[in-house]
Amino acid sequence: MIPRYQKIIFWILLGAAILMSIVLIRLRERAHDRLQTAADKMPLNAPPIAPAETVTMLVANDADGSLSPVDQQIALPEEPGARARILLQRLLAGYAEPHSTHHVAASTGVEEVFLMPLARQKEGQMAVVNLSGAFVEGHPSGIETETMTLLSIIGTLHTNLPQITQVRFVVDGQPRETLAGHADLTRVYLAEDKSVEVRR
Amino acid sequence: MPSIEVRGDEALVRHAIAVVTKVNKPCRRSRTLVVFGCLVSVACLGGRTAGAAAQQAPTSQSSPAIPASPLPAPFPAAPRPPAQPRFVVVLDAAHGGSDTGARLGDPLLEKDIVLALSVRLRSMLTARGIAVITTREADGTLLPVNRAETANHALAAACISLHATATGSGVHLFTSSLPATPPASRFLPWQTAQSGSITQSLRLSSEINSAMAHAEVPVSLGRTSLQPLDSFACPAVAVEIAPLSAAGGSQPAALSDASYQARVVDALAGAIQQWREDWRQQP
Repeated sequence: MIPRYQKIIFWILLGAAILMSIVLIRLRERAHDRLQTAADKMPLNAPPIAPAETVTMLVANDADGSLSPVDQQIALPEEPGARARILLQRLLAGYAEPHSTHHVAASTGVEEVFLMPLARQKEGQMAVVNLSGAFVEGHPSGIETETMTLLSIIGTLHTNLPQITQVRFVVDGQPRETLAGHADLTRVYLAEDKSVEVRR
Repeated sequence: MPSIEVRGDEALVRHAIAVVTKVNKPCRRSRTLVVFGCLVSVACLGGRTAGAAAQQAPTSQSSPAIPASPLPAPFPAAPRPPAQPRFVVVLDAAHGGSDTGARLGDPLLEKDIVLALSVRLRSMLTARGIAVITTREADGTLLPVNRAETANHALAAACISLHATATGSGVHLFTSSLPATPPASRFLPWQTAQSGSITQSLRLSSEINSAMAHAEVPVSLGRTSLQPLDSFACPAVAVEIAPLSAAGGSQPAALSDASYQARVVDALAGAIQQWREDWRQQP
């Protein structure tokens, strides 16, 4: 047998809960309306449109094992890390096209590029390129094709952002032994090192 | 500090002197160490001079007109003719086991084709009287460090890492992208052991390039960072075989084409045989 006073407290609390819910919903609607009204009254500013710049992509060619500079006009953001990411995404997107000279998997390719100052040098930066797992899994296996991909990325970064002197690669944020079974991803690549190259 | 004239086995004597001079506290233990160090020095000098005297004995017998000096002369021992090291080739069939390598078609896998090429090349080299060591003879998983161990323990004169790919055309020759350093040190860092052999690796690559050109197989040369190539302490080249495309005016051929494989293997065997001739003439 439930005492009478407990029944009264229960009904009072239930009523209070319902009342508070109604008040909260009403307050939320008012806040939403207020924000909407404020947004409508704000003057519209046009987003800053970055002018198209001429960038140089070092495009790999599987047929003759060469890297060819190709100029393109693309709009790039101001922030260097974002510039590097957009550059590489555009480069790898070109490789995924049907008539590409260097076939790779169609995916985002580069998730992020982090630029870090070099510890023991006054000038220069290290770019840590975070490749997407889907890109790496779908990359063709072979010494030449993997080396060409890395050289193309390194060369494109250094050509357009000369302050990048060293490049490291990670995949989905984690270190990985090789790109697709051959090219070493554990080492730091020197962007100005001409010894890593393929020629006919 | 009094100067000590050092002769004979200088390294051992210097070590003993270092032991003696390091302990300079006037205690009983240090005196014991000093006496021990002196004994080691005397023993080393005595052994060395006795050995030198023994080596000089025939020379003195062959010229009796010259009187023998009571003290042994400190000139070095007569040079022995250097023993010719054995010419050994290490063939490394890449991948294996769960590491299938590239998928070259259904059901062609890189690990299988490079093993077949390795066996074929081994037979051809053995028939030409060249000692061959292979890193794997069957389809098993092998770590890069184990491959480098095999090559480095064999003190090989040439290390050939065999690969195959579906992209490109002809044969791709790769040497390590490590900077060349003189092989001065007895101990080499494992990860960059190849740096002491870069010059020879480039020569070996050039030799293979010439042989492939002679066999009319298109070749691309390159440098890359590849394990276990960077850990080989021997002249090393990674040979990647791709299908022949019609682009270069050559007859197209698939990787599974037996005649194409035979051309490549024959050219490789010829290049290694030529390398043996060059290697023997090297100082």
